[in-house]
Amino acid sequence: MSERIINNTPLEYRKIASVIERDSKVLDLGCGDGDLLYYLSQTKNANVQGIEISEDAIYKCVEKGLTVFHSDIEGGIDAYPDKSFDYVIMHNSLQQVQKIDYVIEECFRLGKKVIIGFPNFAYLWARKDLLMGHSPVTKTLPYQWYNTPNLRFLSIEDFEKFCREKNYKILNKFFFSTNREIKFLPNLFAQTAVFVISK
Amino acid sequence: MPQNTENSIGIVETQYFNFDRLVLESGKELADVTVAYETYGKLSEAKDNAVLIVHAFTGDAHAAGFHKGDDKPGWWDNMIGPGKAFDTDKYFIICSNVLGGCSGTTGPSSINKKTGKPYALEFPVITIVDMVAAQKKLIDFIGIKKLLSVAGGSMGGMQVLQWAVSYPESVASAIPIATTMKHSPQQIAFNEVARQSIMGDVAWNNGNYYDKGQPERGLAVARMVGHITYMSDKSMEEKFSRNLKDKAYSFSFASDFEVEGYLRYRGDSFVRRFDANSYLYITKAMDYFDVSGKKFVHEAKKKDINFLVISFKSDWLYPSYQSEEIVKQLKLKGYNATYIEIKSTYGHDAFLVEADDETRIIKHFLERAHKEASNV
Repeated sequence: MSERIINNTPLEYRKIASVIERDSKVLDLGCGDGDLLYYLSQTKNANVQGIEISEDAIYKCVEKGLTVFHSDIEGGIDAYPDKSFDYVIMHNSLQQVQKIDYVIEECFRLGKKVIIGFPNFAYLWARKDLLMGHSPVTKTLPYQWYNTPNLRFLSIEDFEKFCREKNYKILNKFFFSTNREIKFLPNLFAQTAVFVISK
Repeated sequence: MPQNTENSIGIVETQYFNFDRLVLESGKELADVTVAYETYGKLSEAKDNAVLIVHAFTGDAHAAGFHKGDDKPGWWDNMIGPGKAFDTDKYFIICSNVLGGCSGTTGPSSINKKTGKPYALEFPVITIVDMVAAQKKLIDFIGIKKLLSVAGGSMGGMQVLQWAVSYPESVASAIPIATTMKHSPQQIAFNEVARQSIMGDVAWNNGNYYDKGQPERGLAVARMVGHITYMSDKSMEEKFSRNLKDKAYSFSFASDFEVEGYLRYRGDSFVRRFDANSYLYITKAMDYFDVSGKKFVHEAKKKDINFLVISFKSDWLYPSYQSEEIVKQLKLKGYNATYIEIKSTYGHDAFLVEADDETRIIKHFLERAHKEASNV
């Protein structure tokens, strides 16, 4: 299972790894099965930890030798001392957080840089669904309106505006569609985005 | 003969280790101490594969395998053995009876060499600190400098935390299960009801009952209360519901309901194996337990103890919030601490029952700890 992550790494993981310095300390909020953390520990010798709400995912993390805290993000994030990480990651978990302002401020309390990845709600096919009169259901937004865990529906431009308003510096940004990088009109053509921000 | 010997460590024997004296947390001294213990598996040449299992309130040194002629295995046999969570093919497992107990280690029912009679209330009040100090002497005697892990549930979990506080240099990893950093007023209250039940039985006679037989009524009721706190509302519903022992109400105070019969049976069988004074001393030790605040572990160093904290969703005696608090304090001090709350309906008993889930998590955690310990 672990070899699968190394040999068949999603482009997003590789891009995230490209901005992370060797031997750094990384916290992943909503780390799922721990694939990204495992990848960073193997390729960057990173000292990694995660917070995850799903019990089943916790077993998978521990099978990979990871340190994880079984909790929701809001309830677990206050358990860490100030400046204890170099990077705090929220990859596909931001859109499920209640108190976004609080959690991102907490991320900056814990780490120097914050890496946020999310599905782009303004993606072309999502727009098409809306135009046709339906809530968008795409590869990266696979849920129906009645079973989605997502509380937030944001676009790439929304997030950039948010960063401007909060005075967060955008250090890097990457856009993807089906494991390809998107450079042209990302708010229209990218399914997902990853931002590296600092204060 | 043992019925299920598959993956069993097989026939095991209790051993005894004696030492001269122990200075207790209270400042008093206990002379001529015996510790009953069992070991399973083989100690590696580097002595880096030793795991200490610490038992809960009424447990004993017999954690796994079978005593000769017995058909009941040790209390954590589903977790300790070849290929199990605590894999005896890989690790050297040690389990000892706690100080103050009544299953081979010195306690109030032991003979005081000075008087030639059982200690009874002459036995000094002991604490979790003292229990762990006695275990440390045993570990030193066996010749182990650093334990790969210390693991246990309930009061065992308190001893695990106490190991990390008292002897941080002697532990590579720690697995506290279904436990707390300090006994809450609710937990103290249940223990006090148990103690009052024992001390209120005339047969208790200020603890001097060893020539006449122990306060069976009081001890049985104490155990009945205990059993209620070990189960959950749901597990009791599933096990007993309102089922009657006979078809109709008796319209008397006989035990009509299955749950009544169960509690009576549990209480009555318990008095045959457990000493009432030990019940008093050990509950007191739990109530005194408090490693919160400044008494907790020191700030983590670069390579320090790895923790795995486990709780169970329906455990209302040691609720998950107490385990979460342990993890938060550990993280604030810079420790690597993994936490899982296992979904279970078994209440506090879950730590003895949910072997599959516990195995899944502990097995990998120990493998990692073992790898890191042998890389030093």
